[in-house]
Amino acid sequence: MTVKRRTFLKGTVAAGAFAATGFPHIWIKDSSLARAAEGEIKVGVLFSLTGTTAIVEESLNKATVMAIEEINDQGGINGMKIVPVIEDPASDPATFAEKARKLVLGDKCVSVFGSYTSASRKAVLPVFEKRNNLYFYPTLYEGRECSKNVIYTGAVPNQQQDEFVPWLVEKFGKRWSLIGSNYIYPKEENNYCKKLLAGLGAEVVNEEYVPLGHSEFSSVINKFQSDKPDVIFSTVVGDSVVALHRQYRADGLDPEKMPMASLTTSENEVAAMGGDAAAGHFTSAPYFMVWDSPENVKFVDAYRKRWGADKVTHFVSEPCYFQVHLFKQAVEKLAPSDITPPNIREAIKGEEMIAPQGKVRIEKKNLHTWLWPKIGVAKSDGQFEILKQSADWLEPVPYKAYENQDCTEEGLKES
Amino acid sequence: METLTAQIVTGLSISSILLLVALGLAIIYGTTGVINMAHGEFVMLGAYSAWFLQTFFGIGLIESLVVIFAMVAALGWVIERVVIRYLYRRPLDTILATWGIGVMAQQAIRLSVGGELRYVEMPPVMDGSIVLLGIEMSAFRLFVLVLAIALFAFTWYLMYRTTIGMKLRAITQNREIASCFGINSGRIYSFTFAYGAGLAGLAGALVSPLKSVSPEMGTTYVVDAFMIVVLGGVESLIGTMASSAILGQLYGFVAFFSNDTFAKALVLLAIVVVIRFRPQGLFAAKVRA
Repeated sequence: MTVKRRTFLKGTVAAGAFAATGFPHIWIKDSSLARAAEGEIKVGVLFSLTGTTAIVEESLNKATVMAIEEINDQGGINGMKIVPVIEDPASDPATFAEKARKLVLGDKCVSVFGSYTSASRKAVLPVFEKRNNLYFYPTLYEGRECSKNVIYTGAVPNQQQDEFVPWLVEKFGKRWSLIGSNYIYPKEENNYCKKLLAGLGAEVVNEEYVPLGHSEFSSVINKFQSDKPDVIFSTVVGDSVVALHRQYRADGLDPEKMPMASLTTSENEVAAMGGDAAAGHFTSAPYFMVWDSPENVKFVDAYRKRWGADKVTHFVSEPCYFQVHLFKQAVEKLAPSDITPPNIREAIKGEEMIAPQGKVRIEKKNLHTWLWPKIGVAKSDGQFEILKQSADWLEPVPYKAYENQDCTEEGLKES
Repeated sequence: METLTAQIVTGLSISSILLLVALGLAIIYGTTGVINMAHGEFVMLGAYSAWFLQTFFGIGLIESLVVIFAMVAALGWVIERVVIRYLYRRPLDTILATWGIGVMAQQAIRLSVGGELRYVEMPPVMDGSIVLLGIEMSAFRLFVLVLAIALFAFTWYLMYRTTIGMKLRAITQNREIASCFGINSGRIYSFTFAYGAGLAGLAGALVSPLKSVSPEMGTTYVVDAFMIVVLGGVESLIGTMASSAILGQLYGFVAFFSNDTFAKALVLLAIVVVIRFRPQGLFAAKVRA
């Protein structure tokens, strides 16, 4: 077959005409037109549904989707429906960045709800900062971040530890052993913990980090047995938590004498290790599934009705739920033509609501959240018993361990 | 002194788990020359079988061990019949094929039972610790240690004191000549693969109450198992035993006096050094190539 000049030209013109009429969206360059078009508000949902952290992130995806459905069922935001664009970043930071770019540039989402690990948050951060978009991050994390493009609804170290550490010192004693997984989160938490302990006159007898995914804790447990600390402060994460608790119990250690105090053990991990291995150990978090408030009863019932009666809610899925509602309150204040990420950020500053854990507020200065820290002890039925709730909500101070730095509305200030 | 004893026992316990995981791999690799990348997934399937039998049939871990061995061995036999037997003369392809089987097994579990961590209950009689030689140790870890030694002894007996073992060793030395003497090498290979897979399944079931059960759990074990087989010498059962013992104690002691991150790095470094000067491993059997 030979290509004649005339037929080739005809074909090209036809293809061009088809492309021009068939894909009109590629000619629309003005992105603001697409933001709240046709009574829809597009948001991204970016939690891993496959890969290593899918175990937890699946529940975060579920809580987010449920909140969006709730809002849409009640008429949406000023009559506009929220349309979630769900992507699976497969537990891989590079894929997180790629999918975030797609959500922001391709789908033109006004905000994205996502991430569990710090690594994935750090990976998407440049995308949101460069495009001045907005990322809602629900996980408790190590602090020390001050981005104008992230709304942080999880706890930072001062919110989890300010009540917890003095309470433990008073109740159990001053010899502490710190154990964590080997990455940034446990190191920053321990850094703050050591400051608090120094102020209380307590001593750290051992500080140790195990590789991520580690599952052989017999040497670590031997060290506990020879050091005999009063408190084991644990920031071990993921399936290592399960191995640590089970081996602690199998080796006959007693939570009455040497309890583990954790910032990372939730109902989720307890279900995986079995209630017997968790019983008697402590966790500090702003939310526990058993928290008795009308809002939480409503949340837990709705969650179980939507996703199955055996499902648990925990201290990362709860922020996933309330941050969507905070997003709604902020967008409600805006005219449809004003719905852009920077306007949403301005509108959400100081926004408050009664979340399942209590009344929360987005702090104007640093876009972190005022929360209600609680101390719980695990029981053998797989739930926690709440022993103490802080008397007042706690201000988020992401740079608490670094006295010369402060996160302000203008960005990070050094003094 | 007490700490030292405790630490030696800890090392033994780590060794016994390593031995359990490596034994199946050593037999398959040593006999058929197949580098079985799906070995970790056999371990994982063993753990899931334990969970399955316990959750849906209420069978305790100890009672279900034989069933688990049979289940995973049957699966290994099928895989050998359907895939591996066509690839014996293409070692590179067996790596790819077994890797693929491993990925499929992981995803099959993820799709059928879900990705969440599962929970296998410890046998109630061994829940807790006992005092032995003046130190407190986990009853279940002791049980695993005893069972690992028993399985090793049984495997050794099978290899060196039975007809099937003699045939197996004959094939290892020279497959063609052995076939000339009337040994059905295809059947022996299937048997070996199934036995190795069954051992891996047992290992998975036995570690499940101490660790967590998840679709990805096999990956870490397969790495450890390969290190042991390479260090011990490919065709040597005694070598597998010895290198498990050495690595287990090394892990335990370095982790105690320093930390686990450092222990992992140091053990790898030690293996690299040994392989540099003894590429055939510490206890290489004499084989006519």
